[in-house]
Amino acid sequence: MNIVVCVKQVMDPDTPISAFIVDEAEKKVIPAQGIPPVVNGYCENAVEAALQIRDQQGEGTITILSLGTDFVMDVMKKPLSMGADKMILIQDESASNLDASGIVNVLSAAINKISDVDLVLCGQQASDWDNAHIPMGLAENLELPCITSALNIEHTEDKLIVQSALPDGYQTFEAPLRSLITVNNLFGEPRYPTLKGIMQASRKSPEIWSIDDLGISKSDLEPSIILSELKIPVSEGNCEIIEGEDDADSGRLLALKLREEKII
Amino acid sequence: MTEILVFCETNEDQLDSTAGELLAAGQKLSSELSLPVSAVIFNPNPDMVLQAGSLGADKIYKVTDPKFQQKTDEIYTHGLFEACKQINPTVILAGKTTLGRNVAARTAYRLKSTVAQDCMDISGDKNSGLISVKRPVYGGNAQAVFTFTNPLNQVVILRVKTFEPLPLDKSKTAEEIDLVISMPEPKLKVIDIVKQEFEGVRLEDAAVIVGGGRGLGGPEAFVQLEELAKILNGAVGASRAVCDAGWLDHSYQIGLTGKTVTPDLYITIAISGASQHMAGCSASKNIVAINKDGDANIFKEASFGVVGDWEQILPSFTATARELTQS
Ligand SMILES: Cc1cc2nc3c(=O)[nH]c(=O)nc-3n(C[C@H](O)[C@H](O)[C@H](O)COP(=O)(O)OP(=O)(O)OC[C@H]3O[C@@H](n4cnc5c(N)ncnc54)[C@H](O)[C@@H]3O)c2cc1C
Ligand SMILES: Nc1ncnc2c1ncn2[C@@H]1O[C@H](COP(=O)(O)O)[C@@H](O)[C@H]1O
Repeated sequence: MNIVVCVKQVMDPDTPISAFIVDEAEKKVIPAQGIPPVVNGYCENAVEAALQIRDQQGEGTITILSLGTDFVMDVMKKPLSMGADKMILIQDESASNLDASGIVNVLSAAINKISDVDLVLCGQQASDWDNAHIPMGLAENLELPCITSALNIEHTEDKLIVQSALPDGYQTFEAPLRSLITVNNLFGEPRYPTLKGIMQASRKSPEIWSIDDLGISKSDLEPSIILSELKIPVSEGNCEIIEGEDDADSGRLLALKLREEKII
Repeated sequence: MTEILVFCETNEDQLDSTAGELLAAGQKLSSELSLPVSAVIFNPNPDMVLQAGSLGADKIYKVTDPKFQQKTDEIYTHGLFEACKQINPTVILAGKTTLGRNVAARTAYRLKSTVAQDCMDISGDKNSGLISVKRPVYGGNAQAVFTFTNPLNQVVILRVKTFEPLPLDKSKTAEEIDLVISMPEPKLKVIDIVKQEFEGVRLEDAAVIVGGGRGLGGPEAFVQLEELAKILNGAVGASRAVCDAGWLDHSYQIGLTGKTVTPDLYITIAISGASQHMAGCSASKNIVAINKDGDANIFKEASFGVVGDWEQILPSFTATARELTQS
C-alpha cells in the first residue's frame, strides 16, 4: 500500500504573541527570531495515522510530500525519523506567492507524478493560514472520496473502515483504499522519533522537485483570491482587575462586582 | 444578473440556527451588490421554507431526494454543486459547521473556483461584483482581508454567530423553485453513527459558561467548575490543553478547532487565552478571567479579572455567587 502524507512546514504556533510580527506593507508575517519553524501539528497526526496503517499491514510505503520555500531540513526530517520511508520536497521560490488553489494544483500534480498512490493523508488545517481546505481541493482534483477528522482508521483487505468525528459523536465510513483522509489532534498523539529512527532519517535525503518539473499550466497557478491586507488585531484590553485582601477575598469581591454589574 | 446563494442547513425538522445568520449576511451583501438573496434547502418542509422567507430569502430552491437524509459531505457536495451549476450564483454562503465548511470548500473546488473559510466579515463591490472577506489567520494572531479575483461562484464560509439573524418578518414570502438533481450512488458507505448522550445545558446554547484550562492541574478540579456552572445555570467548557490531556472529552473544547460559543458570561479559570482559544469565544458578552499570571493574554480580552491562585479564588467566588443568586 502506498500512502502519501502531505505535510507543511509552518511557523511555531506557540510563538509568544510578543514575538509575532507582521510587515503590513509587505503583507507578510516575519519569522520570529530564534524560534525555528515546526511541522504543522495536524500533519504530524497524519504521519502517525500513516504509520499505524503500515504497522497494521506489516508492509507499505509512506511518502511525505511538502511544498514550500525555506525548508529547514532538521525540522522537515521529523516525519522520516518517526518512521516514514521517503520524502519529496517541492522547494520553489514561487510557492510563497501561490494561493490555496495554486497549492492544490501543485500538490495534486505531484501526487499524480508519484505513481500508484493508494491513500492520501493530510492534516486537517495548517496553523499558518488556517485554510482547512487544501485537502478538500486535493480530493476534488484527484477525484478521491474524502473523510475528515478521522478518529481511527482500520485497513481490511481492500477497504478502509474510518471513524470520523461529529460535533456530538462520530460516524463510521466504509471507504475504498483510494481515498483522502484528514487527521487532527483527535486521532491521538504522534509518536516520538526513536534514536534508531533519527539515525535512519539522517541517512535519507529528500528528493527535491521544483514546480516546473510538474508540467502545470501557468493559468493553474494564477491566484483566485488575493491577500489585500494583513495586520495584528488590536484588543481593547481594559480589564478591571479586582483585588481583595487575599485571593479568597478577591473571589468574593469578583462575585459581588458581577452582581453589581447585573452580569450574574 | 445572478444572485447570492445561501446554503441553509437543516436539523431534524427545522432550519439550523446558522441559516438566519447566513441570510442576514446575504442581505448585507444584497444591499451592496444589488443582487437578490436565495436559499437552497435540501429536503425542506413547509415550515423551513416559510422561515427562510421570513429571515431574508427572496427566493428558495427546494431540492428533494431521500439521499439527503444522510448528512455526508459527499452527498451534500454533489447537491450543492449541481444546484450552483444551474443557478450560477455570484456568491455562495455557508456556515462553518462540520457539514457546511466541508461541503462549501469541496463545492468551490469542484466549480473550479475558490473559497475563503472562517470569515468574520464580508463586503461586496458593486462594480466588479467581487467579494472581500475579513478572516483571522495564524490562529487569530493576525487578521487578513482577502479579495476574490473572479465574480462567479465566490464561496464564503462564515464563522458561526458572527452575524445576527434579522428579526423574523412573517409578512415576507419568497418565490419557491423546485430544483431537480439526479443523485448518484455515493462512494462512501456510512456503517454507523454514534451520538453522545448529553446532560444539562448544551455548550453552544448556554448563556453562562465556566471554562477550565491546563492550570487547573487535573480533572478533579472540574467538580468545582460543574458546581459553579450549576449555580449559574450554565455549562462547562474547556481549552484544548484540557481535552488533549484527556481530563474532559473533546466535545467540551472551545476554540478555533472546537466549539464557537457566545454566552452572556464566560468565566475562564486557569486558561491563558491563546488566540486559538479566543477564536471560539471572543464574541462572548462578558469574559471574566481567573489566572495567576497577570500578563496572560486572557486579561487583554476579559472585562473583569482576578490575578491569583484559582484554588483560593474559586471557592469563595462560588460561595458568594450562590448566596447572591439564591437570595
Ligand atoms: C491549529 C491549532 C488549533 C488550536 N485549537 C484550539 C482550540 O480550539 N481551543 C483551544 O483552547 N486551544 C487550541 N489550540 C491550542 C492553543 O494554542 C493553546 O495551546 C491552548 O489553548 C492552551 O490551553 P490552556 O490555556 O488551558 O493552557 P496554558 O496555555 O498552559 O495556560 C494555563 C494557564 O493557567 C494559569 N495557571 C496555572 N496555574 C494556575 C493557578 N494555580 N491559578 C490560576 N491560574 C493558573 C497559567 O498562568 C496559564 O495562563 C490550538 C492550537 C493550534 C496550533
Ligand atoms: N504547502 C503544502 N505542502 C504540503 N501539504 C500541504 C501544504 N499546504 C497544505 N497542505 C496540507 O493540507 C492540510 C491543511 O492545510 P490548509 O488547508 O492550508 O489549512 C495540511 O495539514 C497539509 O496536510
